[in-house]
Amino acid sequence: MSSERWHITLAVARYKQGADPHIQIFELEVDPDEYVLDAVERVWAFHDRGLVFRHACHHSTCGACGMRVNGQEKLTCITPIRAVCQKDGTLKIEPLRNFPVVSDLSVDMTSLYTRTESAAGAQVLNLKHSSLPFEKNLFPDDGLEHERLSDCIECGMCVSACPAALTDAAYAGPAALAAAHQTVVQKGLSALPAWVDSAEGVWRCHSGFECSAVCPSNVDPAWRIMELRRLVILNRVRCLFGLNKD
Amino acid sequence: MPDKPSAIVVGAGFTGCALAYDLSQRGFAVTVLERGEIASGTSGRTHGLLHSGGRYCVNDRESAVECIQENLILRRIASQCIEYNGGFFVALNDEDLAYAPRFVEGAQACGIPVEQLSIAQALRLEPNLNSQVKAVYTVPDGAFDPLRLALAFAASARWLGAGFRPYHQVEQLLIDGHGNCAGVQVWDRSADKRCDLRADLVLNATGAWAGSILKGTRAEVVVTPTPGVMVAYDKRLINRAINRLIEPGDGDILIPQRRMVVIGTTSYETEDVDYIPVEADQVAQMYRDACALVPAVAQTRMRGAYMSARPLVGKGQAGRSLARTFKCFDHQESDGIAGLITITGGKATTCRAMAEAAADLACKKMGIQAACATAETPLRSYRDYYRAPGGAQ
Repeated sequence: MSSERWHITLAVARYKQGADPHIQIFELEVDPDEYVLDAVERVWAFHDRGLVFRHACHHSTCGACGMRVNGQEKLTCITPIRAVCQKDGTLKIEPLRNFPVVSDLSVDMTSLYTRTESAAGAQVLNLKHSSLPFEKNLFPDDGLEHERLSDCIECGMCVSACPAALTDAAYAGPAALAAAHQTVVQKGLSALPAWVDSAEGVWRCHSGFECSAVCPSNVDPAWRIMELRRLVILNRVRCLFGLNKD
Repeated sequence: MPDKPSAIVVGAGFTGCALAYDLSQRGFAVTVLERGEIASGTSGRTHGLLHSGGRYCVNDRESAVECIQENLILRRIASQCIEYNGGFFVALNDEDLAYAPRFVEGAQACGIPVEQLSIAQALRLEPNLNSQVKAVYTVPDGAFDPLRLALAFAASARWLGAGFRPYHQVEQLLIDGHGNCAGVQVWDRSADKRCDLRADLVLNATGAWAGSILKGTRAEVVVTPTPGVMVAYDKRLINRAINRLIEPGDGDILIPQRRMVVIGTTSYETEDVDYIPVEADQVAQMYRDACALVPAVAQTRMRGAYMSARPLVGKGQAGRSLARTFKCFDHQESDGIAGLITITGGKATTCRAMAEAAADLACKKMGIQAACATAETPLRSYRDYYRAPGGAQ
């Protein structure tokens, strides 16, 4: 939102069902303070009405517009062009990895939504359960019960950045495991989904922490996965001594 | 058993998704065509306030009554995606204070529960509120996640058999030899293919685009696309929605959402709604308005600025003067085109009622007796949109 104007090149990944994927170049005049999603939307509006991309809220509450920008996962609606590009530079825009591509920049999120559902991840949480335990005094506290929409916006960027998800499609992935951790925090250890303690669950993670690096929403999936491992071990020990109630 | 009557719903915003759910429940075979993805137009970019109706209870009581009724219904059926922490109406100066009696009277007339708080009590509940407030009233506001609200309706529709086709752009309506609507010509943007789809009824639920989709037919719907700019800041400074106690105007609502607060909005008119840039002066205005309600916004990083085009029915000198109610058009009556219905106007908060009105009309036209049942049962999990029988989309 400035009067400055940059001439940038957008290299956009294109793919239509049944055709070969390729990169297409678009030249754009942009305000560098606008967001990457604005540039993508402008390609659609003024250059090619065939361009397919996901987007909805344009302010980081829905998670629809995650893409790879110059090779890095970005929530494009809150990523200013200035933050990822130089004057007269190039932006390479590609769909997220580790999901099937529907067309162009849009991926099929079925696996992510299905897995977070099987982790019983709630979207609305009590304020006191809604953040990471080491974060203190984040929100005004009037002593009353309040609800808050969960931090995880299911954008899929953690799955796209995850090296383990890249090599194993059956891996539950950081988003679903983070949701499982959230569920345990909220409902207790008895709510731990069984698949968490399996080779495709919490043990597949290689502790690369790429997920937490790209998360736009303070979920910190990697910390939650490590914490979940501790809880899984705790659960096993409790089972060993018959301390768990069904 | 005879075949189900078929319906094509154009547009997968709040109205289209809720309409697909309602029609499926009443026995239609529904196909939803959406140019983008679910909620990629006005709906996705909505402010996210689950209105109590307080904003409209003085000047637009019909909308206010719709809002409070639907507020309570959505709270019941869509609590999975609503933070329901209530809201304040706050007076910041003497002019605001003078509006208070009209506000209280309007709220009572519309059935909106309001209660006055002492300033000390209000500041204890919301410590970041401007400490110079002169009066504070509580209202039953909430904040919702736009994409997930639309998805919850879409999920419920899909599990009743509705088909959703994202990235399918309707290029024109198919008009048969009698001058009636027989279906649509559609462009599948994901495969770059075109085809004709036929149905007993076509329901135009394209909101701000409702007029443009009818181009090329005799039908006309006057919709004034009225965009407004919103700005999100990177800290959750409040738990309740904070409304300025004045007549509806710019920058008069600050809502909490996840870890953010979002201020809205402005109001101007535009012809082309496909791409509307966010202007710097409006972002600056939203910043000033947000700081007036909650001064700590000044110490908070801006997270995003965006705009959304309201679909207001009719033409007015200024968008603020147009009612926020919705309207359902039977194009057989208005233009002699059978098989075509348009539903537009309204607010996110009233999307279910809009769907009910359009589905009532659709049932009447097809001789279906089923009553609306969408107000009682909670919607399916929004994630079930992706888990529906038959797999992805």
